[in-house]
Amino acid sequence: MNSNQKKLITNPLGKNNPITVQVLGICSCLAVTAQLKPAVVMALSVTVVVALSNLIISLMRKSIPPRIRIIVQLVVVSALVILVNQVLMAFVYDVSKQLSVYVGLIITNCIVMGRLEAFAMTNRPWDSFLDGLGNGLGYGIILVILGFVRELFGRGTLWGYPLFEKLGLYNIGYENNGFIIMAPMALILVGIIIWIQRSHNKELQENK
Amino acid sequence: MKLRDFIDKIKPDFSKGGRFEKLSSTFEAFESFAFTPNTVTGGKVAPSYRGSHIRDAVDLKRTIITVVIALLPALLFGMWNIGHQTASFYNLDWGFWHQFWFGFLRMLPIIVVSYVVGLFIEFLFAEIRHEQVSEGFIGTGIIISLIVPVTVPLWQLAIAVAFAVIIGKEVFGGSGYNFLNPALVARAFLFFSYPSHMSGDSVWIAQPFHFTGDAISGATPLALLSGNSLSSFSSSFSSSSSFSLLDMFIGTIPGSIGETSVIAILLGALILLFTGVASWRIMLSVVIGGGLMGLLFNAIGANEYMQLPFYYHYLMGGFAFGCVFMATDPVTAAQTNTGKWIYGFLIGAFAVLLRVLNPAYPEGMMLAILLMNCFAPLIDHCVVASNRNRRKKRWATAERRIA
Repeated sequence: MNSNQKKLITNPLGKNNPITVQVLGICSCLAVTAQLKPAVVMALSVTVVVALSNLIISLMRKSIPPRIRIIVQLVVVSALVILVNQVLMAFVYDVSKQLSVYVGLIITNCIVMGRLEAFAMTNRPWDSFLDGLGNGLGYGIILVILGFVRELFGRGTLWGYPLFEKLGLYNIGYENNGFIIMAPMALILVGIIIWIQRSHNKELQENK
Repeated sequence: MKLRDFIDKIKPDFSKGGRFEKLSSTFEAFESFAFTPNTVTGGKVAPSYRGSHIRDAVDLKRTIITVVIALLPALLFGMWNIGHQTASFYNLDWGFWHQFWFGFLRMLPIIVVSYVVGLFIEFLFAEIRHEQVSEGFIGTGIIISLIVPVTVPLWQLAIAVAFAVIIGKEVFGGSGYNFLNPALVARAFLFFSYPSHMSGDSVWIAQPFHFTGDAISGATPLALLSGNSLSSFSSSFSSSSSFSLLDMFIGTIPGSIGETSVIAILLGALILLFTGVASWRIMLSVVIGGGLMGLLFNAIGANEYMQLPFYYHYLMGGFAFGCVFMATDPVTAAQTNTGKWIYGFLIGAFAVLLRVLNPAYPEGMMLAILLMNCFAPLIDHCVVASNRNRRKKRWATAERRIA
């Protein structure tokens, strides 16, 4: 892996993050992050779909007629999403039920189509795969942060483990915050992450 | 002039290049708290000195202090009422001053927490941004402590105040730039985060000190009306023992600390209107909006709540307090005169609508004001645009006539 290829992975994790910088994929990131476990599963699913669809489309890119490329991309993405959905139902049925429609809705996730159009159509397969992987992980890291914070302060648990109860916080008067479970607070949390990231990264700030 | 000399002596240390340069905002805030600064409402000294919502010779400091003075009747009455409610629900034989003293002791921690947390964050942001500390929170801090139940856990209040100041105000640039009323953001945060402490029957009556037993339930009129307890509300009216119309007007009922007494709030309203700090257009249109919506429900009359005479809405819950002190917040309200009528009218109408149709949210006033805060800029935009169009048309016809 040369330095350019490493950047394909590291950029989406930082200064070109799909959620906090490009502001894509917000809908699912609010919907599935009330708990850590579904957030992690969703992050992995999206990563697999973006990486593989990038790879497949990149392999086919020279034989896809430009006028019908969106349909071709959709067919590939849909096939992958259905595969992922079946795998989830087979191995983690509970989480799959929790995620409900949001697995199917990966098809409409702007990150997937965006990477196909912006990168996979014009780049070689291995680069495209790395780009998809990076963007999936960049999406995933925000989901995991949100899932961690929201489950910890909203339910007092982590991965289902009753952490705050074991620490005895409830006995000294602590209470779970009901607001953090709701979608509006997830959006505010995304805003706070963007705030922190921008204040640390001069490149992301507009000229005053 | 001992203090003046002392301040002048330590001033160089806090100026640029001094030992405590990092604390210059803090120093400046305390200096201008103690003495009227030489430079007021200039806009030239530092842009942040002048709130963008101040459009008069009066400065932010005087505006905020006027609001605080207007809040004093509600605050003093609220303190007495805390003691009065506790005494009457626990059958204690307390005199007037005992009741007031008890309320004062219960109220003090709430005010202290609200101010300490809020001002600490204000000072912190001012230092980080190298701005002068704005007086905005002096009013917000006291409003927050008046719109919560007396039994609110202090750590929850602290989190709510921090959330309101940071997310409701500082992220947008501080006082004058916020589009939501920070006090209501704090209350909404508490309401959605810890609903069991903000609504229900057992949060409105403070327990006497050294009392170890179950909390006594004393429901507010609003809580009685919402949900399944409609019959208990009408029975409490028919027996006319608990909440008479006069009780609700004077404010000797359970409720958020400063919201119960309509008389005390009206006193504050007089101060605000006389000094011109709050807009009479907003207050009047909120009352009209709420009244018309109440009358509309009276006309429909599908259930007991809808049949409730419309003027009850003025006396219950936070309607009066929100109308006088929060809907009129000059930063978050509409700025144009026509816009103020629309803004106020919709606040009143939505407040009553939410109360009657959504029993899950007994306090519709908070949500109505927050909702209209979001729409205030849009209302202003439409009013300005329509005014421009009207003048354009007038000019076009005038031009034709000349030609």
